[in-house]
Amino acid sequence: MSSLSHRLRDPIVGQPVPHESARLHVTGQALYTDDIAARTPDALTAWPVQSPHAHARIRSIDSAAALALPGVVRVLTAVDVPGVNDCGGKGDEPLFPAEAMFHGHAVAWVLAENQDTARAGAAAVTVDYEVLPSLISVRDAIAAGSFQGTPKTVSRGDARAALATAHRVLAGVTEFSGQEHFYLETQAALATVDEGGQLFVQSSTQHPSETQEILAHVLNRPHHEVTVQSLRMGGGFGGKEMQSHGFAAIAALGTLLTGRPVRVRLNRTLDMTMTGKRHGFHTTWEVGFSEDGTLLALKAQLTSDGGWCLDLSEAVLARALCHVDNAYFIPNVEVQGRVARSNKTSQTAFRGFGGPQGMLLIEDILGRSAPLLGLTPEQLRRKNFYREGQNTPYGMPVRQADRIATVWNQVFERSDFAARRKEIDAFNTVNTDQKRGLVITPVKFGISFNLVAFNQAGALVHVYKDGSVLINHGGTEMGQGLHTKMLQVAATALGVPLSSVRLAPTRTDKVPNTSATAASSGSDLNGGAVKNACEQIVERLSVVAGGMLGASSHDVRISQGTVTALGVKNKSFPFSEVVMAAYMQRVQLWAAGFYRTEGLHWNAETMQGEPFKYFACGAAVAEVEVDGFTGAYSQRRVDIVHDAGESLSPIVDIGQIEGGYVQGAGWLTLEDLRWDEGTGPTRGRLLTQSASTYKLPSFSEMPEIFNVHLLEHAEEEGAVYGSKAVGEPPFMLAFSVREALRAAVAAFGPAGRSVTLASPATPEAVFWAVQESREAATEAAAQTPDPFSTEAATAIPRPAIVEP
Amino acid sequence: MSNPGPLPDPLVDTDPTVTVNGTVRHFGQSPAHTTALEWLRVNGLTGAKEGCAEGECGVCAILMAQTDRAGGARWGALTSCLVPMAALDGQELVTAEGLGTPSKLHPVQAAMAAAGGSQCGYCTPGFVCSMAAEFYRSDRQPVSGATAPGEPVGAHPETGPNGFDLHALSGNLCRCTGYRPIRDAAFSLPMADDDAISRRRLTSAPEFRSTFLERDDGIFIRATTLPQAVTLLAENPGAVLVAGSTDWGVEVTIRARRAPLVIAIESIPELNVIHRGDTEIEIGAAVPLSQIEAVLGDRVPLLAQLIPQFASRLIRNRATLGGNLGTGSPIGDSPPVLLALEAQIVLVSAMGERVLPVAEYFTGYRATLKRADELIKSVRIPLPGSNANAFHKITKRRFDDISSVAVAFSLQIDEGVITTARIGLGGVAPTPLRARATEAVLTGQLWNRETVRHAAATLESEGTPMDDHRASSRYRTLMLSGALLKLYAQNSASPEVSS
Repeated sequence: MSSLSHRLRDPIVGQPVPHESARLHVTGQALYTDDIAARTPDALTAWPVQSPHAHARIRSIDSAAALALPGVVRVLTAVDVPGVNDCGGKGDEPLFPAEAMFHGHAVAWVLAENQDTARAGAAAVTVDYEVLPSLISVRDAIAAGSFQGTPKTVSRGDARAALATAHRVLAGVTEFSGQEHFYLETQAALATVDEGGQLFVQSSTQHPSETQEILAHVLNRPHHEVTVQSLRMGGGFGGKEMQSHGFAAIAALGTLLTGRPVRVRLNRTLDMTMTGKRHGFHTTWEVGFSEDGTLLALKAQLTSDGGWCLDLSEAVLARALCHVDNAYFIPNVEVQGRVARSNKTSQTAFRGFGGPQGMLLIEDILGRSAPLLGLTPEQLRRKNFYREGQNTPYGMPVRQADRIATVWNQVFERSDFAARRKEIDAFNTVNTDQKRGLVITPVKFGISFNLVAFNQAGALVHVYKDGSVLINHGGTEMGQGLHTKMLQVAATALGVPLSSVRLAPTRTDKVPNTSATAASSGSDLNGGAVKNACEQIVERLSVVAGGMLGASSHDVRISQGTVTALGVKNKSFPFSEVVMAAYMQRVQLWAAGFYRTEGLHWNAETMQGEPFKYFACGAAVAEVEVDGFTGAYSQRRVDIVHDAGESLSPIVDIGQIEGGYVQGAGWLTLEDLRWDEGTGPTRGRLLTQSASTYKLPSFSEMPEIFNVHLLEHAEEEGAVYGSKAVGEPPFMLAFSVREALRAAVAAFGPAGRSVTLASPATPEAVFWAVQESREAATEAAAQTPDPFSTEAATAIPRPAIVEP
Repeated sequence: MSNPGPLPDPLVDTDPTVTVNGTVRHFGQSPAHTTALEWLRVNGLTGAKEGCAEGECGVCAILMAQTDRAGGARWGALTSCLVPMAALDGQELVTAEGLGTPSKLHPVQAAMAAAGGSQCGYCTPGFVCSMAAEFYRSDRQPVSGATAPGEPVGAHPETGPNGFDLHALSGNLCRCTGYRPIRDAAFSLPMADDDAISRRRLTSAPEFRSTFLERDDGIFIRATTLPQAVTLLAENPGAVLVAGSTDWGVEVTIRARRAPLVIAIESIPELNVIHRGDTEIEIGAAVPLSQIEAVLGDRVPLLAQLIPQFASRLIRNRATLGGNLGTGSPIGDSPPVLLALEAQIVLVSAMGERVLPVAEYFTGYRATLKRADELIKSVRIPLPGSNANAFHKITKRRFDDISSVAVAFSLQIDEGVITTARIGLGGVAPTPLRARATEAVLTGQLWNRETVRHAAATLESEGTPMDDHRASSRYRTLMLSGALLKLYAQNSASPEVSS
């Protein structure tokens, strides 16, 4: 047991406490960026001038008509930028572009007294465009050879040779859509300047330090003149890791030029048409199995649709390539990845960060292959699990490989899988118009940033003379409960009640040079830093308390606000008394904590190394019922066992698992991004750009029975108090619902038939798959096709829209 | 139409006021199109937030005292993003801030906090308001056999042991929790206490005042009498009429439209009554759908099937049949049902009244026979209805979605023979339409598989559906025939479906 993972007596971590801001949330008192803006007198509102073309050179921008409107104060264009006209991390993302690269691209911004006026002003700006050819679909981009960034390959063994000799080889194309974050709070920023010219920006961002850095280079100022605060976000999910910077930059630029506070808050339409989303992928694959269904080789080409600029696409692709194995040992692998460049929003981080995309590929392959191999899906999956001692294709040992089977077995039992499989078979036998499916799927997800340098964090802990504690750390709160966990970590490490600890908003002038709150790493990294700071203070207090108690400082124990010493009976001091004594002795009562994840190394060229500290595991069983008339379906029951290590905060962790699952189910079954791929004047326009056209899960998509259990006895030695990261991994538990839909669709057709299913599997997509199953059932009566022909699996999934 | 009734003379502002969380506040100098949400936020009440600005997410939900059937008041939740603040002149609102405070939580707030019902918290004030409306529903009663918190779903998966109807939350979106803790919070609520908000229900809801407001962006007038409304409309034929403003509100927020004159008609008595006669039911054009549901129950089976599938309760507390017909949309939910019911529309102008069958009302894409000087007064539904009724709404999402196709069946089946058949379709043509050819194929035939197969093939040829982001043309076509086949599959054993 490491000191990092060791829990003290009566820890506050592990207690089921509600979200630290719950009382503020439920009473409407919790403030978000634009609530602060609403309380800022004299703030100007910014509104973008959006390109009506998917790709066009900007010949000129005429702001005269806008400036003539009463209440319009200024129109911001490229000439106003004092520093570098770029708001991304790769130098390819101009804040004010010379070429509009997608429909909705902001080419100028209007500042006005209120939103109505700013919006009218934006409509009055005249932009002269030279329309250029555009690439909208990923297929068009591939056909045109339009790529960006550096292609990567993960390889091991000899996939070609193994495929040549494999007993069974299947090939196919798997294509799937992206996903809109649809955080309920849209992108928002508010900038002000203080008397010394110091810029202060409130931003709804997951990455305040990067916002600070980008503002500094846009404005040509040193970092220390820019302070960014992220009080809390109304959801992030990765969509505020990079995408928030440009909006903060507009607010900052506006306030410097006008001397007045400037607010940016996108409405939903702006947010959906301007900000990046989860990457959709186009993949081609060949897979080889042994006679008994053991995976022998995988050869695949993954093309992500990066949109107009690089953003985080290379990192997302790297994680996708590192997750095509999911929980399965594949001895021979050659998986190539590349990023397509298209005239769409710049796709970006989204919960799972490529992991879900990589894993969708292997789960799709297994789901399609199982019937052709004469195996049930659970037999095929179970057979290929990693075993202790095996390595991933990128060369990392799969430690705790047994946990995959453990969570799988537990949820198999808890869900009463075997008995229900029989019930469902019976149901499907007697019902011709409704069919049910029951499937179990596993998740193995690597934790840490692939880029090693990001795996560091800082914290600042103050103990005041009365014993009250104020903590600050580099992570941001977006609803995931990070602050709740950090309060619990601090209370545990200091040995004080939770009520003694308070948390101050995340700001770049408190903890500098922070990493994004992303990659599920918030608790691991910042928890390590908070714990480190607290332990420095405890060490100093222990010396003082040792003197007071007549004991060695090594024997001092602090728990629940009371300070005692081993072997000292009938004598104790309240924490606050020891603190005051320490103050009088001139002992430092605050500390800066730091944490770096040990043991990581990664070669991004060869795609080999140990990029992850550990793996988080989980397994889910989903049962669905499909209506053959419409393709509509319901999730009848979902059971999950998930490995969150020794949970720091069970309410928070269960909330992450349930929420992640439902969000994943949304991506796979419901959420349907459509762009205008036609040749008309609105080519490239996002067609589903509102809540009325882009449907995310509502109450009706919650499984009727939803049982979530945390894996017990699950200590992770390499993380704070034995916990594991939980933000992203549960998202991928939702493959169970997609595979259950596949199983239900299969039940409409003949046994042994491979079912292809579009993603998202909307009711319409499911309907078409059911139609194919039914047609196959009709044909099967007359013919007996060769089930192992390559053609059986090469069908491209039918697009949800039938092309005219 | 003689006396148009009181409007301020000369036309000066009536200084609208609204009571929010017990405090009377003045509208002030905000533009006439200011939504309730914008107004609340500018006035420091930032609990309600904008999530979508089109009534789809419920982040902006607040409570409003609405007229109860029994003469008291009920707390109805609504989306404040769609309602013009001027339309709330004289009304009483409660926001999340008014329900409780961090140190003294309302029972709904306490349940949500304890259950882990908030993660990012942004949707939470809206959820709390929707939940509070259901908490205070006067006919909410504990039920047996329903779901207990955290337990497997029983016979009523959408109703809690405390009588909480989960459909009360169907208009609220949460992106974080996956909804389970919110359901648990809802199902754990006690019955309402005798608190001030509860007691407010004992006396009637505030009346709507005659309101006049003139700003740079336009004029808002509340007409409180029918003569006043039709006179104004005769003088201003381009005026925008609003009742619940759930449609016009979207034009204002999403498309930034502004109208020189908006006339609110929701409080006109003639538009607010439901007459239950022996030969017909007449529903006032401005009766909120929730009210229709409460008053009629399952008296008109097709309406009883339709209304729970119409948007969300947040919208149904404001939306009206008049509005749904007035927009002339081909994908409105009510026209297919009203077509199948052979309903009639009563139009009124300063010249008098006229009555049109719904089947003749629609003339083209968002075009109708309603003249610019007319308003919809009521909808008449003839009685008795048929004995086999079904409303099929095909959507991506089960709750609160816009249909790709909607099909309403109203068949009379006597001794195994289809004696009359009326079928209304939505989403397959520029207008809602009657499936006349299919009706002809069905009428007089035996209600059996052969008839249904034959009719289903005909039904596929009705309409000219298109491809869009909601559905493909081919899918829409097949959903037409599928709806009839499904109706038969569900009712082949017993044609006496409902009466």
